[in-house]
Amino acid sequence: MPCRRPALQFQTEGPVSVHLVNHHHGQPDSLVYRLSAALKLGLALVIIVVTVLAPVQWRAWFIGVAVLLVLTAWLSQLPLFFLSRRLLVLSPFVLGVVLVNAFQPAGRAKWMAVAVKSVLCLLTVILVSNTTPFSQILRVLKSIRVPTLLITTIALMHRYLFVLMDEAERMRRARASRTFTRGQRFHWQTLATVVGQLFIRASERAERIYDAMCARGWK
Amino acid sequence: MHIPDGFIDGKTAAVTAVISAVGVGFALRQVRRELPPRRVPLLGLSAAFLFAAQMVNFPVAGGTSGHLVGGTLVAALLGPSAAVVVVTTVLIVQCFLFQDGGVLALGANVFNMAILNSVIGYMIYRMVCHWLTGIRGRVTAIAFAAWCATVLAAISCAGQLAWSGTIPWSVAFPAMATVHMFIGVGEGLISALVFLAVCRARPDLITETTLTGQPQRLGELVRYGLLATLGVAVFVAPFACSWPDGLDSVAEKFGFGHKMAPLLPAPAPDYHVPGIHWAVGATAVAGAAGSLIVFALALLMGRWLVPKPKDL
Repeated sequence: MPCRRPALQFQTEGPVSVHLVNHHHGQPDSLVYRLSAALKLGLALVIIVVTVLAPVQWRAWFIGVAVLLVLTAWLSQLPLFFLSRRLLVLSPFVLGVVLVNAFQPAGRAKWMAVAVKSVLCLLTVILVSNTTPFSQILRVLKSIRVPTLLITTIALMHRYLFVLMDEAERMRRARASRTFTRGQRFHWQTLATVVGQLFIRASERAERIYDAMCARGWK
Repeated sequence: MHIPDGFIDGKTAAVTAVISAVGVGFALRQVRRELPPRRVPLLGLSAAFLFAAQMVNFPVAGGTSGHLVGGTLVAALLGPSAAVVVVTTVLIVQCFLFQDGGVLALGANVFNMAILNSVIGYMIYRMVCHWLTGIRGRVTAIAFAAWCATVLAAISCAGQLAWSGTIPWSVAFPAMATVHMFIGVGEGLISALVFLAVCRARPDLITETTLTGQPQRLGELVRYGLLATLGVAVFVAPFACSWPDGLDSVAEKFGFGHKMAPLLPAPAPDYHVPGIHWAVGATAVAGAAGSLIVFALALLMGRWLVPKPKDL
């Protein structure tokens, strides 16, 4: 799946939001990209666990992790704009905690700790997921004995995710080209019909996939 | 409702991870046992469908928009165990690929959204279906169940945040519960509309897929119910009544409370903000009243959407 086309060209006012879909893989020739997936995942897990559990006083750890992550980001040749936009995903939760702790007497130090921790963890996951092909992550999961059914489901989901999103977009475009804009009253019903139709198409596709899998000798 | 990393502490992450692992393991076993091989790809495709469906924005008044969460909808379409697997898959992919929800918080997110939302939603759905038959009853049931499940998942999320000491319960519970009582109305409406659309287009699909959920399989639901109750008891009960925090009291009893203190971040310090404690009680009352109102609304909506009762 490395040559997946930049799947969706949604219009900005369409019903399908695109902000999560712009998935950017790192440069395949960068050093970070070539490291083994197991190593990267293990390291990331250690960093996340220790960062979450570390008491606030461990300044050195936080600074060390931050330096390491910045270095990795530089080595991975991911665009800075892309990284910073990805970090903004966090904002609703962080804003909520800011609002709550702004009214607390001792809230400031704690809010800082939460913010630093979550940004560091988020950056770690962003770096790993954008420098590691998803199939390699699945292979690591398989080697640590994650149940096969779960891995099959994850793999199928990842494979057909973009197909179905394309399908949703095609349905939206087809509807837009055939109907005049109906009133607000029916808008939800129309959208719900699109979603329902999407489910039907997904399950029909699942049948075809099963037949194709059997035809290729799947057991 | 996706909790990022850093918002829940070690003990909450560990407890939620254990509960979720047990729940998902049980769901996987159940699915492997009763789902025919023909339907195995359907799990992955349903997960992809759920993700794509969550991208469809439903316009709400004032320029804002909401989207489907879908645990209850998938549970009604595929059965509870399959829904747990499907929603867990969506959460894992969202976590690794799109950084929506943290890695250590995955257990908490799976518990709230995959286990609590789907399974409790499914239970309420079946209960209402028991009383109200026909497609009209089903539409009513799914709308009400989706609302209840959304509110419940939000309360559990608030409990986890409070137990971690990130946000005090007296703030988190009213905020999360109130907001999600409104979000839940949208969720219920969208779920019912989508369910109805599927019913109308392919009624065979509904009966067929619901049958994999085996309505008579009570033991399965009982086990999920126990797990959900356990989770809610751990996260919410310490705040809902004035008993001491279970883990803290155990730690004190065995005399290692002082040893735990430096490693784990401090549990929720006692905030005393005047005028905010009444909010907890008020929210609970509002929730009880809200569920009655929403049930009445769901009944009305069922009547409005499905003109003639028509058995499947």
